[in-house]
Amino acid sequence: MNTTVNLAGIELKNPVMTASGTFGSGEEYSEFVDLNRLGAVVTKGVANVPWPGNPTPRIAETHGGMLNAIGLQNPGMEVFCARDIPFLKQFDTKIIVNVCGKSAEDYCEVVERLADEPVDMLEINISCPNVKEGGIAFGQNPASVEAITREVKKHAKQPVIMKLSPNVTDITAMAKAAEAGGADALSLINTITGMKIDVHRQKFALANRTGGLSGPAIKPIAVRMVYQAANAVRLPIIGMGGIATWEDAIEFILAGATAVSTGTANFYNPSVTVEIVEGIEKYMEKYHIENISDIIGMVK
Amino acid sequence: MSGRRKESAVIISQEGIALDIYSMWIHTEKIAESAVPGQFISMYTKDGSKLLPRPISLCEIDRQKSGIRVVYRVTGTGTGTEQFAKLLSGDTIDILGPLGNGFPLDVTENTGKNTKDCRAMLIGGGIGVPPMLELAKQLNTEKIMVMGYRDQQFLRTEFQKQGSLYIATEDGSAGTKGNVMDAIEGNGLSADIIYACGPAPMLHAIKRYAEEKSIVCYISMEEKMACGIGTCLACVCQSKEIDGHSHVHNKRVCKDGPVFLSTEVEI
Repeated sequence: MNTTVNLAGIELKNPVMTASGTFGSGEEYSEFVDLNRLGAVVTKGVANVPWPGNPTPRIAETHGGMLNAIGLQNPGMEVFCARDIPFLKQFDTKIIVNVCGKSAEDYCEVVERLADEPVDMLEINISCPNVKEGGIAFGQNPASVEAITREVKKHAKQPVIMKLSPNVTDITAMAKAAEAGGADALSLINTITGMKIDVHRQKFALANRTGGLSGPAIKPIAVRMVYQAANAVRLPIIGMGGIATWEDAIEFILAGATAVSTGTANFYNPSVTVEIVEGIEKYMEKYHIENISDIIGMVK
Repeated sequence: MSGRRKESAVIISQEGIALDIYSMWIHTEKIAESAVPGQFISMYTKDGSKLLPRPISLCEIDRQKSGIRVVYRVTGTGTGTEQFAKLLSGDTIDILGPLGNGFPLDVTENTGKNTKDCRAMLIGGGIGVPPMLELAKQLNTEKIMVMGYRDQQFLRTEFQKQGSLYIATEDGSAGTKGNVMDAIEGNGLSADIIYACGPAPMLHAIKRYAEEKSIVCYISMEEKMACGIGTCLACVCQSKEIDGHSHVHNKRVCKDGPVFLSTEVEI
C-alpha cells in the first residue's frame, strides 16, 4: 500500500496536512498527535513583522461550524525562523509555511527571508477575509491573483502554493490566473465570509462584525470548488474546508485533491489528523487501492 | 503545560443546585491527578452542530477518587450547557484538560508574609463563584470569602466551612445589597492578597481597588475560546508585557491564563 503523494515535486508520506491557522506551528498539538505521522504541517500565517490581530471576541460558534476573525496574529518572520522552524525540524514531516502580507512587497520580503531556511513549500495567503489590507484583496480578481503569484515566484526558492478564496463568483478563473502566474500548486478553500448577530445582546457576535466561516457546514462548497478547480487547471490541489473524518478526506481526493488539510476539526478533536491518516489506510485496504494517487480526481 | 489530555469521562453524579445552576462530578482517568485550583476543562457536547468545547472551571478536585466537580450555568434553551444538564450518572462526556495555569497557592512568595500572618480574600461573582471553592480548600492561610450573586446563593454552605463568608446579592435577599465591592467596603474588609473570578466589570473594579491599595491581586479571565490549548489565538487579552507567543501584547487566556496578576492585564 502506497500512501505517498507528489505535490509539485515534493513527496509527502501521506496526503494529510493541517490547514493554516488551526495548528499553530504544531507545538501545542504535538502533545496529542505524533507529527511524524503527518504528510505536512502547514503553519499559521507568517508576516514580515509581528501582527497583533483583531479585537475580541474573535470567534463565534454557528450551526455545524464557526466564524473566526483572528486577524492573522503572528510573531513575524524572525521569531518564526528562530523558534518554530527548529521545532518542526525535529519531526519527519514536510514544512509548509503560510505567508501573509499587506502588500506585494510584504509577501516577497517573507518569501525571501525563508529562501534559505529548511522549509519545503510556501503557501501564499491571498484569501484571508479578516484583514483590511492584503489578504483577500489580492484574491478576488484574476488579474491581481496572477500578478501577485508572478511577483512571489520571482523571489521564491521553494515551490509556491496559492491559497484561494471561495468568496468569488468563479473559482476556476482564480485557479487559472494562479496557474498563469506560475503557481506550483493551489490550496482551497479558505473560509467563507459570514456574520452572526447575538439577538439577546443585539450586537454582532464578532468584534470585527464579519468573520470566516469554517467547519463541516462549508464542506459541500469546498468539495464543489476543488472539483471545479481540478478540472480547470493542471496544478495539484490541496483540498480543505470542513474535513473532519477520513471519509471527508477521501471525498476531496476523489473530487481532485492531491492532498487534504484538516482545520476547524483540530479544535474539537486534537487527534483528528492521525485518525484520518489511519482511516485512509483502512479505506485503501478495503477497496484494494495500491496507490492513493490512483484515486485522485477519480470521480468525473 | 504537560498532562493535558482528552478523555471520554464518566459522570458520577449530577444535580441542579439552583435555578439553571448544575453541579456535576466526573470520574476522570488522569485529569484529576494533575489538576490545580483555577484550571478549567473543555467540555464537548454530543451534538455535531455544536462543535466547540465549552470551557468550564473546576469547582472541586478529588485526587483520591480521580474526580472533578464542575458547577455551571445553563445559558438558555438549545444550548450546549442545556445538553450537559440532561446527562445522568453513568453517561459519558468528552472532556479535555486540565487547561490553563491555575491560581498560585504560595502566599508567602506573593506577599512576603508567613502563612499564619497572611490573610487572603477570595472573591467570586456569579458563575465565577465555583472555582473559588477548590482554591479555598487548598489555600493554607486565613481566608475571607466574598461571593456575589444575583439572588440564589449556591455553594454557600460549602464556603462557610472554609472560613468567614460575606455575601452580596443584587436583590438584597441576603448579605449586602449590591455587588462584591459593596460587601468589601460595607464590611470594612481588607487582605494581603486577593483572588477573584467573575464578570469583566467586577474584575475591573477589583483590579482598580487592589491597585489603589497596593494589594497583590490575581484575577481569572474569560474569553470566547476554540482550541483551549493556545493554538487558535481566539481568546487573547491585552497584556502589559509582550506575550511569549506572538511578541505583541496579547496573552492567551486559555494557556497563559486564565489567571493573571491584575497589574499584568487590561480589563
